[in-house]
Amino acid sequence: MILAYVDHRDGAPDDASLEALTLGRTLAERTGWPLEALVVGRAGRAAAEALGVHGPAVVHVAEGDGLDGPYAPQAWGAALAEAVRAASPKLVLSPGTDRGHETLAHAAAALDLPMVANCVDISPGEPTVVLRQRWGGTVLEEAEADGPTILCSVALHAVQAQPAPAPADPEVRPFAPPVPEEAFRVRVIDRVEPDRGGVSLAEAKVVVGGGRGVGGPEGFRVLEELAGLLGGAVGCSRVVTSAGWRPHAEQIGQTGTRIAPDLYIACGISGATQHMVGCRGAKRLLVVNEDPEAPIIAHADWVVLGDLHEVLPAVVAAVRAATQD
Amino acid sequence: MLVCVKRVPTTGGKITLTPDEQEIDTRFSGWTVSPHEECAVEGAVRIVEAHGGTSTVLTLGPAAAEEQLRDALAVGVNDAVLLETDGSEWDPEETARAIAGAVAGLEADRGPFDLLLFGNEAADTADHQVGIRVAHALGRPCVAGAKALELRDGTAVVRREAPDGGWEVVEAPLPAVLTVKEGINLPRYPSVPGRIRAKKKEIHRVAPERTGGRVRKRRLVLPPERKEQAEILGHGPEAAPKVVEVLRSLGLVR
Ligand SMILES: Cc1cc2nc3c(=O)[nH]c(=O)nc-3n(C[C@H](O)[C@H](O)[C@H](O)COP(=O)(O)OP(=O)(O)OC[C@H]3O[C@@H](n4cnc5c(N)ncnc54)[C@H](O)[C@@H]3O)c2cc1C
Repeated sequence: MILAYVDHRDGAPDDASLEALTLGRTLAERTGWPLEALVVGRAGRAAAEALGVHGPAVVHVAEGDGLDGPYAPQAWGAALAEAVRAASPKLVLSPGTDRGHETLAHAAAALDLPMVANCVDISPGEPTVVLRQRWGGTVLEEAEADGPTILCSVALHAVQAQPAPAPADPEVRPFAPPVPEEAFRVRVIDRVEPDRGGVSLAEAKVVVGGGRGVGGPEGFRVLEELAGLLGGAVGCSRVVTSAGWRPHAEQIGQTGTRIAPDLYIACGISGATQHMVGCRGAKRLLVVNEDPEAPIIAHADWVVLGDLHEVLPAVVAAVRAATQD
Repeated sequence: MLVCVKRVPTTGGKITLTPDEQEIDTRFSGWTVSPHEECAVEGAVRIVEAHGGTSTVLTLGPAAAEEQLRDALAVGVNDAVLLETDGSEWDPEETARAIAGAVAGLEADRGPFDLLLFGNEAADTADHQVGIRVAHALGRPCVAGAKALELRDGTAVVRREAPDGGWEVVEAPLPAVLTVKEGINLPRYPSVPGRIRAKKKEIHRVAPERTGGRVRKRRLVLPPERKEQAEILGHGPEAAPKVVEVLRSLGLVR
C-alpha cells in the first residue's frame, strides 16, 4: 500500500499535496499497490471528498480533541505514525513543503524509519530506489533506501498535479490515534495574515532583481522604478541581503524565495547555482550584465551587455515614453 | 546554546561532478556552511550576549571541517566540538544518532543545553530531518523553520512562514530544539581579533560511533542543460528601445 499525507487548510487540500498524490497514483499503477490518503483534523473530512478526483481508495481522517485544533507538528507526525503502524504501507509520501517535511520527519523519527526528502521519482522495491534533488535541484541523486516502510517527500513542482482519469468515491475512514500529551508542547498559537498591499515576490508576474552590481542601497531606486512601471516586484541576490542593502524577504534563491514570474529581469547578478534554483520557475529571463562571460547568460533569453547604471535609466525613460505615447 | 553546522562546498556558477559521479568536483571551490546555519550561529551568539551563558558549535564531518568550526569561533561562539569522520557521507538517521549521543555526553559533563540550534535543511543534501530526529532522541520539543526568535521566561517564541503566506507563531518550552532559516538575523563578519582568538582555541574531538544508515547514495546526476542561445539585444543604453520591444511583445507595455 502507498499512503499519501495530505495537507489542507480548513478542508481545502494544498497544491503540493495533490502533486504528491499524483506521483502516488503513478506508483500505484506501476506496482499494483492500493493508494490511500491521510488527512489530520475533523475539518479534513471535507478534503477527503475533494480528493476523490485524485484517486485514493481510502481517505483516513485522524481526529481527536488535539488534532482538530491548530497545527502541532509532533502530534501530526504521531497521527501519521499511527496510521503507518496500523496499515504498514510500503511507501509514505508527503508534499515537499515546509509543513510536509516537518510532519514527515516527526513521523519518521517516531517510527524509527528512513526518510528521503525531495524525491522526483521512486521505484519501490528491495531496496527502494529514488531520484531526489540536492542543492535545491541543481544536482540529482540516485539513492537506495532499506526499510519496511520508506517515507518520501515529493519535491515541489517536480510532478504536475493531475486528476485521475476515472474519479473514485473514496471511503472516508475516521480514526482517533492515541497522541501523547507531550506531542502538543509545540503548536501554532497565532497567525499573522500576509500583507496583501504590494505585489508579493513569490506571485509577481514581473520581477526586477538586483545583485552586487547594483553597488548599494541607493542603486535600487531605478530597479524599484522599473518594477513599478511594469507592475512587478523587486528581488535581489544573497550578496545584497548579506550587505544589508535590502531585506531578506526579497532574496531569490535556495535559501530565499522561489519566484515564477512571466519575466525576470536580472541586473548585476552573476547567476550562481543557488540563485538560479530560485528563478527556475521564471518563463523568460532578461539579463543586464557588463560581463559577457557571466554564468547567468547561459540561462537568458535576452541580454543587454553594459553598465546597469546606464542601461536601466535609459530603459525606464524608454518605457515611460512608450506608455505616454 | 549548542549550534550544529555542516561543511559543504561553495559551489559557484556551474557544478561539475567527479568522474566516479560520487561527489561535486571541489578542485576549484572553497568550503562553507549553509546560510541557514550561519544564521543559527549568529542566533546563538546573540542569545548569549543578551542572556549570558555560553555557546558551543558542533559538526559531524572530516578533520577539515575544523575550518567551519573556527569560522563560528571567530564570530563569538565559545567552544567547538568535532565529531570526526573519514569524510564519507553519513545518512540523516546515523548523523542524528551521532549528534544526539554527543549531546548526551556533553550534557553529562557540563549540564543541559537550553537550546539546540540547527539549520532548517543542509545546503547540499537538504534532508529536512536531522534536527527533528535529535529532538525525538532527546525527548525535547522542536520548532522547525524559525525566522524570528525571542526567549521569554523559559519559553522560545518563534515566528515562521505560514503555508499560504504570512506568519505563524509557535512556542516551545526550554530545553528545546530549533531549526533556523536565513533571514532570522543578519550574521556579523568576524573581526581580526576574533579570527586570531579562534585560531588559538582548542577543538574538542570525539570519534562518533557509526551505527549504519539505511539510505545510500548510488550516484549523482546533473539535470540536462538547456541549449538555446540568448539573443543579445545590444550594448549599453542604446539597447533600451530593443528592451521596450521585448516588453511590448510580452504585453507589459503598450
Ligand atoms: C549554500 C548556499 C546558499 C546560497 N543561497 C543563495 C540564495 O538563496 N540566493 C542567492 O542569490 N545567492 C545564494 N548564495 C550565494 C551565491 O552563491 C552567490 O554568492 C550570490 O548569488 C552572488 O550574488 P551576485 O550575483 O549579486 O554577486 P556576484 O556573483 O558578485 O555577481 C555580480 C555580477 O554583477 C555584474 N556587475 C557588476 N557591476 C555591474 C554593473 N555596473 N553593471 C552590470 N553588471 C555588473 C558582474 O559582472 C557579476 O556578474 C548561496 C550560497 C551558498 C553557499
